[in-house]
This record gives sequence, structure tokens and C-alpha cells, in this order.
Amino acid sequence: MTDTEFLLWVRGPAFNAAIFIMCAGLVIRFLEIFLLGRKADLAEARGSAAAGGLRTMFMRSIPDAGSFQRSGFTIVSGYVFHIGLFIVIFLFVPHILVFETATGLNWPGLPSNIVDATNVVTMLALLGVLIHRIKDPVMRMLSGFSDYLVWFVTFLPLLTGYLAFHRVGLSAPMLIGLHILSVELLMILFPFTKLSHAFTLWMARWYNGAIAGYKGVQS
Amino acid sequence: MTANGMPAPDFAASAPCAPPTGNLVPLLHEIRHALTCWLEKGQEHVIDLRGIPLAPGEEDGLLEQLGEGEVKAGLTLMGPSVIIETRYPGVWLVTHYSEDESITGRFIEVCEVPAILKSQTDDIRTGLERLEDQLSNAEATV
Amino acid sequence: MSKNKTLGETLQERGISRRSFLKFCATTASMMALPPSMIPVIASTLEKVRRPSVIWLSFQECTGCTESITRSHSATIEDLIFDTISLDYHHTLQAASGAAAEHAREEAMQENHGNYILVVDGSIPGENNGYSTIAGISNKDMLLDTAAGAAAIVAVGSCAAFGGIPKADPNPTGAVSVSDLIKDKPIVNVPGCPPIPAVMTGVLVQFLTFGLPELDHLGRPAAFYGQSIHDRCYRRPFYDKGLFANSFDDEGAKKGWCLFKLGCKGPTTYNACAVTKWNDGTSFPIEAGHPCLGCSEPDFWDAGSFYKALSIPTGDIGKTAVYAGTAGLVAGAALGASLRARKKSAVKNHERVTIDDLDQES
Repeated sequence: MTDTEFLLWVRGPAFNAAIFIMCAGLVIRFLEIFLLGRKADLAEARGSAAAGGLRTMFMRSIPDAGSFQRSGFTIVSGYVFHIGLFIVIFLFVPHILVFETATGLNWPGLPSNIVDATNVVTMLALLGVLIHRIKDPVMRMLSGFSDYLVWFVTFLPLLTGYLAFHRVGLSAPMLIGLHILSVELLMILFPFTKLSHAFTLWMARWYNGAIAGYKGVQS
Repeated sequence: MTANGMPAPDFAASAPCAPPTGNLVPLLHEIRHALTCWLEKGQEHVIDLRGIPLAPGEEDGLLEQLGEGEVKAGLTLMGPSVIIETRYPGVWLVTHYSEDESITGRFIEVCEVPAILKSQTDDIRTGLERLEDQLSNAEATV
Repeated sequence: MSKNKTLGETLQERGISRRSFLKFCATTASMMALPPSMIPVIASTLEKVRRPSVIWLSFQECTGCTESITRSHSATIEDLIFDTISLDYHHTLQAASGAAAEHAREEAMQENHGNYILVVDGSIPGENNGYSTIAGISNKDMLLDTAAGAAAIVAVGSCAAFGGIPKADPNPTGAVSVSDLIKDKPIVNVPGCPPIPAVMTGVLVQFLTFGLPELDHLGRPAAFYGQSIHDRCYRRPFYDKGLFANSFDDEGAKKGWCLFKLGCKGPTTYNACAVTKWNDGTSFPIEAGHPCLGCSEPDFWDAGSFYKALSIPTGDIGKTAVYAGTAGLVAGAALGASLRARKKSAVKNHERVTIDDLDQES
């Protein structure tokens, strides 16, 4: 298979398959969660469930002092690489074109060299997170195969993206093809691993807030 | 002024200015060094001007700096070629043109005289054969 | 026919002075970006070269490559090359035709067996299916026959190098490239649709002077195809700054911004267009405001739309996502129902929640 054929396959049938699996998988997972539902709370409502839910969805993003003391590094590096991921994925013009093709929405991007610098920072943060996970005894005990796999499929697109942008090592079609392939791997694993937290965290925060709000307490 | 009295457009003023490469002075130093080597060791040196990135206008500036000296030769070699000795003796500017007068090569040569200006042994030999033919024909008809 | 004279002798015979030859060597060295110190080397090597016999076979092609290489108003370097090689067979350019032409080819092959250069443009139907024949001989038979006694093969143009437009989907003639059929001779691919004239002649000169050039993984001379358009494009600073033209006549296009969004294949295309340019260095597609088509890469006709950016998948992902969502709804509903049933029975049977349950991912 030539470089060009590989790139075409990756941009064509492979991407279609990945998108299919990711979308179908996500919808299945959401339905699983929603259809299982919760036990009805038969007590009288003391406050607003909806208000509690909404509030918690956003307020949980701000860490409290206690959490910061216990796991400051995790919080800071976590924020760095999440914001970095957002910038690299959604504010790089070639990526925006993909979203535009799928959804029709368009938005301005950042200069490409700024995105490149952000990519480097993000990769460093992720490496830091991995090292911390391995060295900290509690984290090490809690971590399983799935956690390391998820780290790897998140790191790989960043690394291949860096190599493709700087055109290092292999031919250009190969580098771009490997980058898109690594993203497809991420897409396929997304609904079936902890990566789905990108969506489920909003549901979890809502439920926690709603339960507390119904009872009339702050969550 | 153009024919109908309007001011002629000043294209130079409206042309986009590319940033200078800064290669002008180092080039002149290279020529200076080559001249010194020629005087000390008789070593010749050729610079291919097309291999050196120069912004538009910089090459003209260089040629203006080098100027024209005592010698100007026009050659007809499958298209014209022009060789001039610049105002610095020993520094020659060789420009090759194709038959439709587009530049195909430009060199600065630091030497006594560029090799291409000298008569070539093979050509001399061929010329001699032609002359001998002509002489033998002339003698035959006498 | 080639009489086995050296190039130097042939030039003398044709009244081309050694001075003219030196001028040619100087300008050639300059074009190939070789240092001036190489000029005497080129001169002494080239003049000793036995005037090579060249057989040019044209198969399924549009003649664009021949047009490109012979495009000249007056004697230029390209013409000199053609004057000094013995072009023993080229059925578009030669005067003879029919049986006389084929006889000329066979004679040249016999006389110079093992030493002639075979130049091919156009793709070849891989099966002997009669789609393309010359004097009743199929392209494939003629290629295999002529290649047997060739010293090397130069596949000129994307059709000969990679299959080109005849090979594009659905490939009705079963077109293949030269390297698909010939496995036992050195092949130099000079792709492009068409290739730049200076590159074509540069490759021939390089071949005559220094032998087989250094080739990349697709058999292309690294001297001309070693850099991508993207890496030498004068609009690259705009790409790096994230300034792109959105359509062919918008403000960005007028300011000369990067054409990535308009589908430019510069990043994945290797050729000399951005450096050597076209029409004696006048311009190249991007400078004229049109995105690069990637014409020197294999299968560029089938590589997704010319006007779809490289980062965009070629399929209809919006539609795929909708189908996926629908399929997910159906499957999810079924799964959800079965999960509810299981929960009900678990509650009824007072099943306990274990730590393994909590550890499960799905």
C-alpha cells in the first residue's frame, strides 16, 4: 500500500467506521444510563432539583481548598492539559474545517504556531500526569490497564499531530495518515472507556446536584 | 506625463517591498577574499549568483556597486552572453541568455580572464581544419 | 542511428563550438543547484558520453509530457539535449510512420542492445486487451519487448510513473504504471501532470553525467522531488500564522494568503514547482491563486476532491453520524430494556452490589 493509498483509506472508509462506532456507541451508552433511571424520591421536595442540578454542573469545576491541598498537582496539570486539548482540537484551522464539514458550523482559529506551542505544553502536562500516576502509591494501586490505555490514546494524537505539523521522520502523507488514524483509535475507544466522562460528567454532576437540591441542601 | 497629459503611473513606488536578505555585504567580502587569494596564490573563484537568495532589487544594487570597467565582450553562443570586467579589475560578470533573451545563468568570476572567453583547443583544431580546407580549395581553383 | 560517437564529437560535427558547450554546462550546473566547481566535471564527463540512443514510447497519454518538454520558441537547453541525444524513435515527433517507424525502432534496439535509454510516457493496459495498440502491437508487449534491451527506463509523467488519469476510478482499460510491469531494470520516475520541462531535461542530463540519480521511495530523483511544495511555498508564512483564503475571490485570496482551506495538496506533494516554477520561472499554480492538485503523487485523481482540504475526511461524515445515531437509538433502546429487566430481577432477588460490579467499565 503506498503512502497516498494509506492516507486515502484513513480519510475515507476508516474515518466513516470510526465515526459510526463513536456515535452509535455514545447513543447506546446514554440510553443505558437514562433508561436505568433512578429510584423515585418519595419524600416531599424541600428545594428545586433543577436549580441544584444546574448549579452543580458548573460549580464543581471550581476545586475547593481541601481538594487543592490533597491533590494540587492533579488539579493544576489536569486543567492545563484539558484546556490545552480544547485549544489544540477546536482552535486549529485544519481541525475546524473537519467540524465544519460535519456540522456546518465555523469559527475563527488561533495562529498555527500558538497552537503548536500549546500542543507541546499539553504533552508535557500529560507526561507529568502519567509519571504522577505511576509514582504515587495510591494512584498506582487504583490504576488498571484501562487507565493507561486511555492515557495512551489521548497522548498519541498529540504526538502524531506534532510530528505531522513539523514533518519529521516519515513522508508527509504517512505522517498525516498516522495522525488521523490515531484520532480514529481515540474515537473508537471513546464510548467504551472512561473517556466518555466528557459527556457523563455533566450527567453525574446534574444528578448529584438534583438529589441534593430536592432535599434542599447544597451539593 | 502620458499622451493625454495624465501623470504616468509610478510602478516602482507601488511595487511591494520585500525585506532585504543582508547578503550584499557578505558577497562583496567574498569577492574581496577571492581577489586576495588570487594575488597570493593565483587561485580562481566563481560565484553562482542564482544560487544566492537575493531580494528583488538587491541583485541590481550589487551590479551597480560592481559597475563597469574597461572590458565588455558580447558572445554569440546559442543565445547571447555578455562578459564585462567590473570596475574592480579581476572581477568579471558573466551573464548567459537564451535565444529568447531570458537569463539562464549569471556568475561572478575572480580571475585573469573567464575561461569561456578564451579560445578552446577543440574549436581551434576545428577552425584549423576549416582553414586548411579553404586553402586547398583556393589553391585548386588557381 | 547512433554511430557511437561521443557527445563532444557530435557537437563539433553539428558546428556547436566548445564555448557554447561550456555555456550549456555552466547554466545546467546552475539549474541543478550544483556549485560552479562542478562545471568542469560536467563538461569533461558529458563530452565523453557516447551519444546515447533514446527510444521514446508513448502509450495511453495525452501528449502533454511531450508538449511540455518540447515547448520552446527557439534553441534552448531543452533543444540542445534533444539535438545531442539520438532520439531514434518517437512516434509523435518523428517523420517516418507505420512499418518504417517500427523498423527504425527495431534497428535501434538491435544496434544498441543493452545500452539505450527507454523513455516512456502514458500508462499501459495491464492485460493484453486491445485498448491501446501501436502498429497492431499492444502497449504491454511493446514495453516488455523494448525494455528487455534497455540500460534504464525513464517513466515521464504521472501516467507512466503511477498510472495517472487512465488509472483513475473506474480504470476502464486496466491501466498500470511502468514499474508495475517491469521489475528487472532501473526505473526513474519523473511524475507530474505534466512534469516541469526543466526537471525532465535536468533528469536526463543528470542521468547522462552521473548515472542513476538518488531516488526516493517512489523512484523519483531526490534532487527535484526531495522537497514538498509546502516546505518551499512562498505563502507558508500565512499558513504558519493561520491566515487562509476562504474562497477564490475573497479578501484573503486577494492578499495572497494560504490556500489550504481551498484544498491545496501542497503539504503532501513532492515536486520542484515552488522553486523551479513553470514557463521559465514565471509562476506556479499557487502563485496564480489556485491550490496545488498534487499532480506528482500517485492516485492524485482519486485522492478526494481537489477543493477539499487535506484534513477533511473524504466521506460524508454528517450522514454517517446520523445513521450511527439512529442505529444507536435502536440498539440502546433494546439494551436499556434488557438492563431494566435485569435490575428488576436483581432487586426482587435481593442481590448485593459487589466491588467487582463497581469496578466494571461497561
